Amino acid sequence: MTAEHVAELASEPVDVVVVGAGPAGLTAATRAANAGLSVVLLDEQDAVGGQIYRAIDRADSHLKHILGPDYAAGAALVDAFRRSGAHHIANASVWEVTRERCVHYVKDGKIGGYQAQRVILATGAMERPFPIPGWTLPGVFTAGAAQILLKSAREVPAEPPVLVGCGPLLYLVGWQYVRAGVPIRALVETTRLEDRWRAKRHLLAAVRAWPSLSKGLQLIRSLREAGVPIHDAADDLHIHARTDEDGVERAAALSFRTNGREHRIDASVFLLHQGVVPNMQFALSLRSQHYWDAAQLCFAPATDAWGELDVPGIFIAGDGGGIAGAQAAAGQGALAGLAVAQQLGAIDLPTRDREASMHRRTIANALRIRPFLDSLYRPRDANRIPADDVIVCRCEEVTAGELRGFVALGCLGPNQAKSFGRCGMGPCQGRMCGLTVTEIIAQARNVAPELVGYFRIRPPIKPVTLGEVAGY
Amino acid sequence: MTSTPLFKTLPGADALVRIWFNDEPMRVPGDGSVAAALLTAGVSRFRATPVSASPRAPYCMMGACFDCLVEIDGVPSRQSCMVTVREGMRVRAQEGARELPPVVAQSPEQSDDR
Repeated sequence: MTAEHVAELASEPVDVVVVGAGPAGLTAATRAANAGLSVVLLDEQDAVGGQIYRAIDRADSHLKHILGPDYAAGAALVDAFRRSGAHHIANASVWEVTRERCVHYVKDGKIGGYQAQRVILATGAMERPFPIPGWTLPGVFTAGAAQILLKSAREVPAEPPVLVGCGPLLYLVGWQYVRAGVPIRALVETTRLEDRWRAKRHLLAAVRAWPSLSKGLQLIRSLREAGVPIHDAADDLHIHARTDEDGVERAAALSFRTNGREHRIDASVFLLHQGVVPNMQFALSLRSQHYWDAAQLCFAPATDAWGELDVPGIFIAGDGGGIAGAQAAAGQGALAGLAVAQQLGAIDLPTRDREASMHRRTIANALRIRPFLDSLYRPRDANRIPADDVIVCRCEEVTAGELRGFVALGCLGPNQAKSFGRCGMGPCQGRMCGLTVTEIIAQARNVAPELVGYFRIRPPIKPVTLGEVAGY
Repeated sequence: MTSTPLFKTLPGADALVRIWFNDEPMRVPGDGSVAAALLTAGVSRFRATPVSASPRAPYCMMGACFDCLVEIDGVPSRQSCMVTVREGMRVRAQEGARELPPVVAQSPEQSDDR
């Protein structure tokens, strides 16, 4: 395809394109549109809300009761967005954002495009890879997947599930199941005493964020009170398969060790979680500068105080720029919206700065608990940098041992790992293995993850057929 | 191809629609994603991997893992967690790599206008 063809794809000029309709995208679009700018919000789902407020429009009072007040709070952001006049395009998968701010998407088999003056990427977070033996088996889901099934399809596990790992989302899903009357087989915690000691350093800051801290403690307490068996400091996680009468292999049991004791729990649904990481596919594809966040154990794009990347006119808002949670995301979205409105002459500097100071306070408050959470729920090395027999790249079925073999042969980083053994070259484009590959290679080479780097991400970021591009 | 469902719906879910999975008719909750529908219908093998033919089912449900790929109404490699289920959909497990349309062989003399 030639450059002219690409240029032809983008048609409509617009002031601002926002990608992603979670809290950051909603507030960014709302603020920019309220300033009088033309704003298009593109989102993959059939309704606004992102993952955290997913299907908020359709949720009845019973579901809102199960999901809790933090979920219901999303309705206010959606209302403000609706009143702003920003244009929402649902079911639109953005597959390319160029440095020249062309945004291409596919919707219902047809492609569309915008040439934007400013682009705000609010693509949120996704779950950190949890590479343990058996994590590719049918019946193994992320905790986030279970929550999506609950929010958008009112579905819960048919048999009591096992919750495995650490982090607020895992306990939240458990708490929501308790409210929904869904029995839970067990919570298998990977957090250890030493994590608790390490996290205590940040307790003072966290106590100043008391509402969120106490909320988290309540979640765990409610699981205990509901009689959910809780196993602490679990190690050596292993999901075992069973072959059904229909010949299909699926997950059947979790084995693990606590304090030297072996355990084995039978179940059909296993929900894994060890935190979330930025979904940074677009920022990476733009070749913007990224840095390794040693506290959150992930890469994050470098931005200025308003979220602007080193690619002029392109902003990041929300968890896609580093994990801070929904409240901070809403604040960051508003900041990006303000910055864009000021740059395009829709508001003046004093207005921008006056409003921004309010949002910066919200963000600072929300961030107070992060060092404590990041420290307490730091995923265990063994669950990030797995043993040789564990599949790292789910698409191409490359194991940690094979990857270490590549390094022994001279492979220096993730991009070379592709040519050594197709690692990261499957349909997920490295989303499920990228961070694991970086950390395995860094450990094997005994260098910092920052030196090893990450996969080079290229468009299309989401699947698009040649037929769709050709306009059939 | 179906056995005990991995998920079930809470009361108050959407009305059922009729779809086919691997030519087997099934009634599933409408309005959610194809993946959510299949999970309630006892499907636990959405596809087989191109490398080892291992069974896979949805993992992330948010369009990131690509493990829920199926063929929908003749179009391969659809992310079933991102497609809304519709009455009459014909869904098939994706076996290995997607198939490309057949290539019609041509000899160099035929195709060349040197």
